[in-house]
Amino acid sequence: MRGVRHYPGFGAVTAGCLVLLYAPLVVIAVYSFNGSASITQWGGFSWRWYVDVFTGPESGRFGQAAWNSITIALLAATAATVIALSAALAMVRAGSFRGRSATFALVNLPLMVPEIITAVATLIFFTAIGLRTGYLTILIAHITFCIPFAYLPIAARMQGIEGVYEQAARDLYATRWQAFRLILLPLVMPGVVSGYLLAFIISLDDFIITNFVKGAGMETLPTAIFGSVKQGIKPNIMAISTMLLAVSAIFVTLSYFINRVGQRARG
Amino acid sequence: MSAIEIAGVSKSYGAMRALDDVSLTIGGNAFFTLLGPSGCGKTTLLRCIAGFEEVSAGSIRLLGRDIAALAPNERPVNTVFQNYALFPHMTVAENVAFGLRMKGVPEARRRARAARMLEMVHLAELADRMPAQLSGGQQQRVALARALAPEPEVLLLDEPLSALDLKLRQAMRLELKQLQEETGITFVFVTHDQEEALTMSDRIAVMSHGRLQQVGTAREIYESPVNRFVADFIGETNVLPVLVEGVEGGRASVVLPGGARISCPAAGLGPGAHHLSIRPERIGIAAGGPLRATVERVVYLGTDLQLVTRLADGTAVQVRLQNSARTEVPAPGTAIALEPEEGAARLLAD
Ligand SMILES: Nc1ncnc2c1ncn2[C@@H]1O[C@H](COP(=O)(O)OP(=O)(O)O)[C@@H](O)[C@H]1O
Ligand SMILES: [Mg+2]
Repeated sequence: MRGVRHYPGFGAVTAGCLVLLYAPLVVIAVYSFNGSASITQWGGFSWRWYVDVFTGPESGRFGQAAWNSITIALLAATAATVIALSAALAMVRAGSFRGRSATFALVNLPLMVPEIITAVATLIFFTAIGLRTGYLTILIAHITFCIPFAYLPIAARMQGIEGVYEQAARDLYATRWQAFRLILLPLVMPGVVSGYLLAFIISLDDFIITNFVKGAGMETLPTAIFGSVKQGIKPNIMAISTMLLAVSAIFVTLSYFINRVGQRARG
Repeated sequence: MSAIEIAGVSKSYGAMRALDDVSLTIGGNAFFTLLGPSGCGKTTLLRCIAGFEEVSAGSIRLLGRDIAALAPNERPVNTVFQNYALFPHMTVAENVAFGLRMKGVPEARRRARAARMLEMVHLAELADRMPAQLSGGQQQRVALARALAPEPEVLLLDEPLSALDLKLRQAMRLELKQLQEETGITFVFVTHDQEEALTMSDRIAVMSHGRLQQVGTAREIYESPVNRFVADFIGETNVLPVLVEGVEGGRASVVLPGGARISCPAAGLGPGAHHLSIRPERIGIAAGGPLRATVERVVYLGTDLQLVTRLADGTAVQVRLQNSARTEVPAPGTAIALEPEEGAARLLAD
């Protein structure tokens, strides 16, 4: 059979898509090393905008925003991973139960609902229960939409692990908890790490929902960048964006490889 | 005391009856085999004993104690799983020591015992390998050592040899039997291979469609099958359609195909149409024998010769002859008379 890659024109279309996707990123990365203050004219290679990010007039604002982003991402990814692991245990290991399909839909809803709808709904919800918008509301919202990203790799990995290992452990006098902690958990660990990294990066990058529920005076890195760009694009934004891009790329790559190594060890 | 008493155990999956009113007593320090074709409920019965399935009806007693309320980790029973289920993230030694670790045996002692168990199965030098680095036969021995290490009252083995090649399988049969005798632990061994069952077991339970067909020693099962299924499943046999004319004093007068009459044990059957089993090695060529047949083919089997013959009514009858210089081998097409040895003909219930 002919693979899809053998259709005429497939290569050209692919190349076109890749250029469209990545050209802007390349431009930003290149111009973050621009020696001049212009965002269009090349003034030679320089680290000055990276220095500016850490010491310039906006460094305080960005520092605080980065701190918020990273702590929220750590906490949200941790909570989402724990919840996702519990959900996966129920969905994959507990057999069928009433409401299983409904639970699956519920866990994965954030992937299917347009983000702007979730954002508005979340804001209305917080207002309705009288919760003041701020750090806490961002954290709660992030935990919610991070769950499916943590859930999918964990559940996929757990599905690939036969139940007979846990049965063998139970047969050898392990309690339910010991069978989980000593057998199932180490075996799903690549999925857990992969899910955690994915959740972390999704939280770190989020703009729309965060912007709705952050409240006045509270900034994360994406909202701070957006605020700064509104007053005109300066090359220091490109430097921050490039650093964020690098962190994202590292995490996603890591997540991918951890999953693959796990799969190879199992097969 | 008997190790396991199974009383009226049934297990249903929806409308499917995997076990149907199974009652069985397994003595202590025995090599007991559950034998039956694939899908007859052997694994299900093991899983009920180990505690992975709840019985739908009936009870199981272990050393006189009802175990219905006990979780798998509370039953003094260990299992060698069909595909071994070695923990892939632990070394061989850690696998073998796992049960002792769960029982709270101190590290130094369980390490010593794991080493001893590995020696017993001739794998001492592989203690630090991971399971994925072992051959199938080695994995099987590790699974055995792991299940024996905590000294269970009963060891359950679910077709442990079926994944091995023939040579290894035959060597392992003897080794398993020896292990059972050395440890004194009751083995409940599951197989669909009748030859395996016959060579290893003290007692055999033959199962079919979730039901127990017969329990007995290898000899009893082979020589006195109680019904057609057992006769057919264990070894080779000739099954002839016969008519029982009358029963007197436990002996039946039987009309063979072709009209000759013989007498054989009635096996509790009354007059009517029945089936008669005669093993190929217990029927011989004899002038004036009650069965007239024509030789169709002669198959050379090395130590034996097999004659494929046919009766006038079309029933095929196999005859085994020893391959010795004195054996006269009839040529294909010859008409011969066959006679079952004394006691070789057995009436079968359906
Ligand atoms: N979890 C289950 N759900 C439904 N049917 C099952 C289940 N486990 C086993 N069975 C059925 O029960 C019967 C006996 O299975 P099993 O005990 O595995 O047979 P054996 O080990 O003798 O090959 C089979 O027909 C099988 O399809
Ligand atoms: Mg089976």
